[in-house]
Amino acid sequence: MLSELRTMWEVLKHTFTKAETVQYPEEMPYLAPRYRGRIVLTRDPDGEERCVACNLCAAVCPVDCIALQKDTREDGTWYPEFFRINFSRCIMCGMCEEACPTYAIQLTPDFEMCEYDRQNMVYEKEHLLIDGVGKYPDYNFYRVSGMKTATKDKGEALNEARPIDTKSLLP
Amino acid sequence: MSELMPVLLALTILIGGVAGAAVLTWFERRLLGVWQDRYGPNRLGPLGIGQVAADMIKLLFKDDWVPPFADRLVFIFAPTAIVVAMMMGFAVVPFAPDMMIIDVNIGLLFFLGMTSLAVYSVLLGGLASNNKYALLGGLRSAAQMVSYEVFMGLSLIGVVMMTGSFSLVDIVEAQTDVWFCFSQILGLIVFIIAGIAESHRLPFDLPEAEHELTAGFHTEYGGMKFAMFMLGEYLGLMLISCMIVTLFFGGWHGPMLIGEWLPPFFWFSFKVFVIICFFVLLRAAIPRPRYDQLMSLGWKVMLPITLVNILVTGAVLLWMEGVA
Repeated sequence: MLSELRTMWEVLKHTFTKAETVQYPEEMPYLAPRYRGRIVLTRDPDGEERCVACNLCAAVCPVDCIALQKDTREDGTWYPEFFRINFSRCIMCGMCEEACPTYAIQLTPDFEMCEYDRQNMVYEKEHLLIDGVGKYPDYNFYRVSGMKTATKDKGEALNEARPIDTKSLLP
Repeated sequence: MSELMPVLLALTILIGGVAGAAVLTWFERRLLGVWQDRYGPNRLGPLGIGQVAADMIKLLFKDDWVPPFADRLVFIFAPTAIVVAMMMGFAVVPFAPDMMIIDVNIGLLFFLGMTSLAVYSVLLGGLASNNKYALLGGLRSAAQMVSYEVFMGLSLIGVVMMTGSFSLVDIVEAQTDVWFCFSQILGLIVFIIAGIAESHRLPFDLPEAEHELTAGFHTEYGGMKFAMFMLGEYLGLMLISCMIVTLFFGGWHGPMLIGEWLPPFFWFSFKVFVIICFFVLLRAAIPRPRYDQLMSLGWKVMLPITLVNILVTGAVLLWMEGVA
């Protein structure tokens, strides 16, 4: 009986506390920079696409909403011929961002992407690509990777040692 | 003209009752919001009062559907019974010295009889739905309301003994100096608890306990028939609040120390408002008891309390008679 009365008193005290509700359309809630919302494809500091079409994001996606096709540029670098995300399937889990070896795919603090037509939820590469670098401003995959391209040979990337000559006995 | 007055008053109370119940649906949600640190319906119109109209329009345009397996006649009759019974109950409520439809010398019994009739609504609704959950809800409500009716009647015997009359006007007049909420505090507590159980509101809404019985006795109801049940429930809430004010809080009289410098109807409605807020607070704060807890609370706690109350009240009255 006493606990019931105490409960009533504690509830009554809430008359003077402020409501927790955020009045959404008028008042935007704070979204942290690492909020998992709309997916974007970022570019490296030189303005090139970061995506190397490795397919890891499509493989890890639990709802299979990512589809892409690899193609090779003339300088030997890879890029996605098309890159398609079906946002009507996407669950914003962020596993594609975790899987991405080049920081290309990133989730942004934006969730307002309703459409009347379901077909409009399918985003192509032109819709996904942004002009910025996203959360990692200095990273450029081809400058640190050991892959040979038209502009650099193996071992010439940043912090990369010369390749070992496996045929030689010298140290 | 004087013959027309009761008719006009009756119409006013009828419309006022329905409108009050409609506004109460919104008010209760807003007040629950205040106590649960949220807003409640606040979009339509000033403070969200337009929600009442929106809900009403929605319910009116719903398909008026009777399940094919239900007992059609009883199914349709059940929701009207509760509204009619509760509305009839308002006939004897003295809102102000000259603002009541009828002052009968058995007003209190009439009120008790009308609330008892409301049991039929829930019972028949549960039975006619031909649905397991509805039947369970109907069973629960039958047991709950019949047993709490006992204490509800008995808790008022103290008031009747002190007044010497069943007339509600006499009861209010007897509280001109001291309200009965002091001398009949036990009766008040029992009457409030029995009143909640009688109008099957939270925390005693076991007939419609949504966690166990989907919606209890009105599982199969929709549209306006469902709205009638809700209307009846809110009318019952208002009626119980009116009766608590009339019987224990001095009816239309102003507070004892402040006196009556405002119209009697204001004091009456203000007190009813406070009691309704209290009922909403109960809903916001107290969880629903288990069914056996409800029953044992009734028969093992409430019944002895009322009997002791009657005994003590009678003894004191006899002793005072002897002294005088």
